[in-house]
Amino acid sequence: MLMASGEILTHKKYGEAYHSLTIVSPEIGEQARPGQFVSIRLREDSAQILRRPFSVYRMHKQGGWASTIEIVFDIRGAGTRYLSQLRAHSTIDIVGPNGRGFVMPKRRAHCLLVGGGIGAAPLFFLADELRNEGHRVDFIMGARNSGLLLNPIDVRRLASVYRMTTEDGSQGDRGRVTDVLAETMERCGTEVVYACGPHPMLATVSEICTERETPVQVAVEELMACGYGACMSCVVPVRRPVKRGEDPEDAVVYARACTDGPVFNGASVVWHGSGTDAVATDQKELTPANVAVRDTGLDEPEDEHAPPGN
Amino acid sequence: MPRTKADLTTNLAGLELRNPVLVASGTFGAGREGSNFIHLNDIGGVIVKSMTLTAWRGKPTPRVCETPSGMLNAIGIQNKGVDHFITEDLPWLVKKNATVVASIAGNTVEEFVKVADKLRTASGVAAVEINISCPNLEDRNNMFAHSPEATAAVIGGVKKAIPRIPVFAKLSPNVTSLSEIASAAAEAGADGLSLINTLMGMSIDVESRRPKLAGTYGGLSGPAIRPVAVQAIHEVHAAFPHVPIIGQGGVMSALDAIELMLAGASAVAVGTANFVDPTASVKIVAGIAEYMARHGIASTAEIVGAVKLEG
Repeated sequence: MLMASGEILTHKKYGEAYHSLTIVSPEIGEQARPGQFVSIRLREDSAQILRRPFSVYRMHKQGGWASTIEIVFDIRGAGTRYLSQLRAHSTIDIVGPNGRGFVMPKRRAHCLLVGGGIGAAPLFFLADELRNEGHRVDFIMGARNSGLLLNPIDVRRLASVYRMTTEDGSQGDRGRVTDVLAETMERCGTEVVYACGPHPMLATVSEICTERETPVQVAVEELMACGYGACMSCVVPVRRPVKRGEDPEDAVVYARACTDGPVFNGASVVWHGSGTDAVATDQKELTPANVAVRDTGLDEPEDEHAPPGN
Repeated sequence: MPRTKADLTTNLAGLELRNPVLVASGTFGAGREGSNFIHLNDIGGVIVKSMTLTAWRGKPTPRVCETPSGMLNAIGIQNKGVDHFITEDLPWLVKKNATVVASIAGNTVEEFVKVADKLRTASGVAAVEINISCPNLEDRNNMFAHSPEATAAVIGGVKKAIPRIPVFAKLSPNVTSLSEIASAAAEAGADGLSLINTLMGMSIDVESRRPKLAGTYGGLSGPAIRPVAVQAIHEVHAAFPHVPIIGQGGVMSALDAIELMLAGASAVAVGTANFVDPTASVKIVAGIAEYMARHGIASTAEIVGAVKLEG
């Protein structure tokens, strides 16, 4: 994790809603792992003083070129509006890569990636890495409508089996990713699920995977101030194993999404009564559009929810 | 002729600092988190996240929201307790050669005193900052910092438990007369004061009509509150010129730090700026030295309270 300045190489759009910035930042790019995020500072004279967190959508280690990271976002408030106006060659101040990313399977595995809306972003970086390591990648992506599906062309390219869902039925199946999750897992022989998206989606994905005893790693959205573990804002209630004679209530601890996560074991997150549902719309850009968390930093041994081979 | 290097060393009632820039409690963890970005011995000191007698879980989320030129927080002092600090964090900080100010909190006078007592024999605590912006369970949850009597009771008790360690009382600006509270703190034995803690604030999501923080009310910090800090420091320094003040409240740059020092702060603590730029504190140290060189100032003491009110 370090602070560096990065030059914007390209600014493009995916569909109608999503902006993409590809940023030249060799130091950060080379360290980044799928599921990690970066925090970007807005103008120095801005009344919006806090950094905006973004998960890494893609990392490119181009031969002969400095490595780049790519982030995608939709306009959620003044900060993302400002970033949407930046053009190539602008310089931005970045901290990253932050947090603990997804845990890769140790042996060849059938991996199912489940993304909702902009929450699908880190799953593309993950899909690239999983395929590089020889794992099978299947993909379910959902959104409110077809215009909000993030780069469906690449999903088709990356996945052995893919499903699209839209709430209005404008593309793929009408409904939500969770409606087709169990049957897709069955069909693909899924051994591990990686999910990113809104809180209710992650809760349901975790529930379905836990019932089927399939390991599930999720990315949560929490409001952040610092992004590096100091402020204790972005906490997620996580259940660790109950010690002998301990009140089960005491085994629920608040873990930091920014450093203990952002990737957590979906089976351990206490979903009810937590999460970003209560976050005001104009504050949502303080959440990395998707981050997942596992049970690190919580004195918990690797458990049965770790990916195969771990 | 080579310019002599400005002397940045600062002494506050026995608390020796390399330079007058600390990081404020709750904004740099126990130093570990921030040490990815700076060397802890490049700054004057680390005021660690407040610690309590037993672990506190903290409040539900959302715990923060952004406001114009600032932010609100309602974290609820999530921490692992004083014993964890002594066994895990303190030895690490000592190894990093950090000057450690332990911030302590509690819900009763007895809790504060017990935490202080545990720190008495811990080696490496240079000073204690008493966070009295906590609800007092023995007084209908009113904040200690809002009452001269409760402030005096906590500080008197803590000072008795750790007579040899300098203690700083961190005062809330949400009072009718800050000087009255400052006076009570000093008379009860505070060696110095930390001014100011956050201002109470609230923000509402007008679409859902719900508060933006799960805790409803929060503490406002950031550059939005700096003028409030400058005024508070000026008022208290004028009334009690011999009580050293650690100024805090919206310091983002070296010139902001100088402003608080001109008002009467002997040192400053950088808070919210750490979230924006985790290297802010070391940049501020360099900027203060540059300002002193530019103005031909040999020692930081020359700036303290040096605002010109007339002429």
